[in-house]
Amino acid sequence: MDIIYLSNADLALAFSLIILLGIFTYRMNLGNTRQLFVAALRNFLQLLLLGYVLNFVFDSHNIWFIGFISLIMLLVAGWEINLRQKYRLKRNLGFKIGVLALFISSFTLTWLALQFIVVPEPWYHPQYAIPLLGMLLGNTMNGISLGMDKLNHLIYQQRFMIEQRLMLGEESCDVVRQIRNDAIRTGMIPILNSMAIAGIVSLPGLMTGQILSGTAPAEAVKYQILIFYMISSGTGFGIIFAVWQISKNMFDHRQRLLIEQLKIC
Amino acid sequence: MNTLKVKQLSIQEIVNSLKLKLSFELKAGECLTVNGPSGLGKSMLLKAIADILPHTGEISLDNITAQQFPAPEWRRKVMLVPAESQWWFETVAEHFNKPKSIDFKILGFSNDILKRDIHHLSSGEKQRLSLLRALQYNPEVLLLDEPTANLDKKNTAVVESIVKDFISDFKHAVLWVGHDIEQLKKISKRTIKLNAETAQEVSWT
Repeated sequence: MDIIYLSNADLALAFSLIILLGIFTYRMNLGNTRQLFVAALRNFLQLLLLGYVLNFVFDSHNIWFIGFISLIMLLVAGWEINLRQKYRLKRNLGFKIGVLALFISSFTLTWLALQFIVVPEPWYHPQYAIPLLGMLLGNTMNGISLGMDKLNHLIYQQRFMIEQRLMLGEESCDVVRQIRNDAIRTGMIPILNSMAIAGIVSLPGLMTGQILSGTAPAEAVKYQILIFYMISSGTGFGIIFAVWQISKNMFDHRQRLLIEQLKIC
Repeated sequence: MNTLKVKQLSIQEIVNSLKLKLSFELKAGECLTVNGPSGLGKSMLLKAIADILPHTGEISLDNITAQQFPAPEWRRKVMLVPAESQWWFETVAEHFNKPKSIDFKILGFSNDILKRDIHHLSSGEKQRLSLLRALQYNPEVLLLDEPTANLDKKNTAVVESIVKDFISDFKHAVLWVGHDIEQLKKISKRTIKLNAETAQEVSWT
């Protein structure tokens, strides 16, 4: 089966839809027109660059080089998580916790999948390692940033209630338990939804790509299921870790709420 | 309990303009009042005494410092009732550990108060209920932040008499922050006058 190659004109046609949407968002004063175009431009440049870099990476089987690329991916994802918070933690704590959560969720799971499930030769074979890691980072990043944002938001909104319950002698972990669970649940909603509807309503990205490039659908499906399970568990563990860390950092050793740790952006 | 001691308490790191260092002793069976201009940070000082706000200085109960107690235990012994109480469950009853064992009539409530939706409570009702909520833990010291601010004459008198009963067994003490000088004179002979620089304990004459 041959692939139909896309020309620049094809991409330009698709971009005209972004322009059309931009006209609408501008006229409706939604305030995100700039964001739309910046994102579209970034998308274009980053993927273009990635195309070249991947060519290069795929030829290399140097574990240090692949590790270096992975590290950059991780740091950018952590940065992105921090940017998306409306209430940010001081001292770059959001970034640090985000990176750690991503590391736990994405790196560990990718390593497990490469070592025990896919088992390419060598295990860090870039054709498998980089796309798997990228899919995991991108998706767990969404869940983790959503969960963190919800947690910070709820703590800020309910700060007086939290203090009142502390005054009545409740333990800080009991006081934030409900908030913590709400945040974790919120972060997990998107991946649970997309896992549940995949195959009936949506055709997931990885599978679409593989089918378009000629892989037999039955094989593409297996990879997709693997990815879904990894993303869901990675997102879940990542959010649990991040939310647990933040809620721990919001109280000092005397279980006082340190609300000034959160600044509104 | 015997004595609550506060030595050189300062929260200047949190409220920059508040340079004063607060020191006083409060014995069981006593009520001490505190007054001073609005916006000074009186409520923040109470929070510091309840160890819910970082502070410098030393606070102790019978010579055992706050730090030697687990924080929740300290807050149950030295309990703050804030000027504006918070309620987070749907009904009044859920905010009490053993609602059936509490005599709501002493503060002028009928028995159906337990089923009331918290969104339908007036600010005065919330204020009286928050006092009852604190009393159920039998704290050794009550820190009351303007406890009658939203109350009419009748209920103000009821709250004053409840506070009197609370300390009359010489096992409890009360620190009362208020604005109404006549009321403060009636409640206690001792008062602490605060301004940004100093805290001065005086007796009413």
